[in-house]
Amino acid sequence: MQTLVAYVENKPGVLNRVSSLARRLAINIDSLTVGPTQNEEIARMTIVAHTDERGAHRLEASLEKLVDVLLAENISTRALLERDLALIKVSADQQNRPHLMELIKVFRARVVDVAPESLIIEVSGTVDKIDGLLEVLRPFGVLEMARTGRISMTRGGDLLQPPAPDPTNSELESTGLKAT
Amino acid sequence: MKLTGAEILCESLTRLGVREIFGYPGGAILPVYDALGKSKLHHVLVRHEQGATHMADGYARASGGIGVAMATSGPGATNMVTGIATAMMDSSPVVCITGQVSSKVLGSDAFQEIDITGITMPITKHNVVVTRAEDIARTIREAFLIANSGRPGPVLVDITKDAQQASAEFNWEGSAPKLPPKRIRNNHDQAEFDRAIEMLNTAKRPIILAGHGIMVSGAMRAFEQFVRAGNFPVAMTLLGIGCFPANDPLNLGMMGMHGEAWVNNAIQEADLLIAVGMRFDDRVTGDLRTYAKSARKIHIEIDRSEINKNVQVDAALVGDAREVLERLTPHLQTCDHTAWVRHIAELKGDSAVRDIQSLPDNGHLYAAHVINDIWKETRGEAIVVTDVGQHQMWEAQYYHHNRPRTLITSGGLGTMGFALPAAIGAKFAKPEAEVWVVVGDGGFQMTMSELATIVQEKINIKIAIINNGYLGMVRQWQEFFYDKRYVATPLVAPDFAALANAFGIRGERITKRAEVVPTIRSARESAETVLIDFRVEQEDSVYPMVAAGASLSDMIRRPNNPLVETATEP
Repeated sequence: MQTLVAYVENKPGVLNRVSSLARRLAINIDSLTVGPTQNEEIARMTIVAHTDERGAHRLEASLEKLVDVLLAENISTRALLERDLALIKVSADQQNRPHLMELIKVFRARVVDVAPESLIIEVSGTVDKIDGLLEVLRPFGVLEMARTGRISMTRGGDLLQPPAPDPTNSELESTGLKAT
Repeated sequence: MKLTGAEILCESLTRLGVREIFGYPGGAILPVYDALGKSKLHHVLVRHEQGATHMADGYARASGGIGVAMATSGPGATNMVTGIATAMMDSSPVVCITGQVSSKVLGSDAFQEIDITGITMPITKHNVVVTRAEDIARTIREAFLIANSGRPGPVLVDITKDAQQASAEFNWEGSAPKLPPKRIRNNHDQAEFDRAIEMLNTAKRPIILAGHGIMVSGAMRAFEQFVRAGNFPVAMTLLGIGCFPANDPLNLGMMGMHGEAWVNNAIQEADLLIAVGMRFDDRVTGDLRTYAKSARKIHIEIDRSEINKNVQVDAALVGDAREVLERLTPHLQTCDHTAWVRHIAELKGDSAVRDIQSLPDNGHLYAAHVINDIWKETRGEAIVVTDVGQHQMWEAQYYHHNRPRTLITSGGLGTMGFALPAAIGAKFAKPEAEVWVVVGDGGFQMTMSELATIVQEKINIKIAIINNGYLGMVRQWQEFFYDKRYVATPLVAPDFAALANAFGIRGERITKRAEVVPTIRSARESAETVLIDFRVEQEDSVYPMVAAGASLSDMIRRPNNPLVETATEP
């Protein structure tokens, strides 16, 4: 499994271009999250892909060829913080509720909705942690589940920032293409 | 100044240096055609939109500039798909402009509405829908910039009819491209560069694999200096032909599936491959597990996604071929590869003797003779545009190109029907050049309607149909690999000379070798288009050959006497 981060133009069709590219390279995407950044014109993607290092290089380099992709980087081997968030609706009656609450506490999850026959549990953390909670919840009866997919960020001073706009449009100059 | 979107488009194209547009009108692009009529742009009416894209492609390849194709929405746009994919695979800068239904009805399955940007997403470098007149100038400028920068490729601009009709302020200076900022990558660090230099200076058996990127980069001079400084023998990909003079002693010719066996053997024996602007296509490498096992590899390539894609390399110099070569050359030490070059010459062995050109006339007409005679008569100076198949490989083997951009052929996609329209585009790009079409009887029938375009535009090209009555390359594969079961390859064709006459074009039919040269001469003397139907040997095959997926070392060689022997299994 390889993790890539991409900064893309925040406009219609870009997600399609990115996912279509992965399809064309026959790379299966495990999860893909998109969200805005502090700059509203730029969105950030975390792509978790079923491929090896070589496949990740191709995906990274091919993504960067897309006009709307500002930067793509394989961060799999770097020190990462990764988070996944899940909402899990689990069936809960009066009898097993206390037991459930114990488990939720152990996993540092929290109950965000209470109904007579069920609870919604919100949990965030690494994929492993959420998978672990899911495992112990299964016997109670998982009724519904929604997961965000992974978001990742390199730790500490290892910054991954979108390139700054180039006011001089140096790319235009360098191609020698000028209006006549 | 207020202009309509259609007028802004025409004005923008004019300012970008466009002279010709290859296209076909229709409902959703009509406002643009109305504006075209009032502009200085010359519109070439094609007979099928695929032809328009191939013409724009041929124009781009012959000139190094950008070719422009235009079509209406729906079927007009979908007919462009093959031509766009052809340009994509061969990194050709083509800008396609399509009309689209009005933005108000987008997504409603309106008449002739199709999601052409969705369809062409994987076969364009970039594509975009424009729904506002005020965005047209900037979008077109961006399309031109994207198409011909970095690794070139096709860009499609889909303009809704209401955007063509609406009025907007035309402000050229204010419409400069505003593309998203890109990370400037440190393409290759000093260590990588030093490693490449070390390899270049210590190799005993180096060989250059020269590709299309040399031409795209305009690196011919830098490449020649690099070759001379290092005394490196040069093998070329199909699209690399012309990047280095064929008559240079260091030029070995084409490599790969139908390259000469001794060229492929030299690659297999090499201790260093220097790949420049090529992408280790399967037609070049054969079986990757046995490919150049004893060679270290340097890859000079502008597209980072090509690095280690097919072949793992020891040094990757990502960048423009000219810049990288100019940086490398001063670091080359005096390299004497005379022994290696002599050894390669020895590898030739009896190849030249087996060559069909060396054999006496036995009354049959061979395609190789026809193409070799065209080469001799044109002194190798014509622009030759080929289709795809046997004739294409014979052209690569028997027409020796000394100058860049004189062989125009569909390499990556292998698009039959490419030659005739691409040659029309090439002629518009180089009106003074002699342009020859070399095409099979199969491919010609795919796009022969463009003969009418030739007549309407009064252009002068020479068309050589290598007519063997078969889909020859497929027949050859059936002969070699399917026990000569010729399924769906025998091909009925019209009388091409009579067909040409019906279009108002002079047509000739040649069946004997003695008639070849006089007919070529007389065709060249004509100021108009001439079509020559060369009825060549029907079951001739292209030799040598690496079977698909076989090792480069394992070639099907020429028969000792191809005039009497039939092909034998390796």
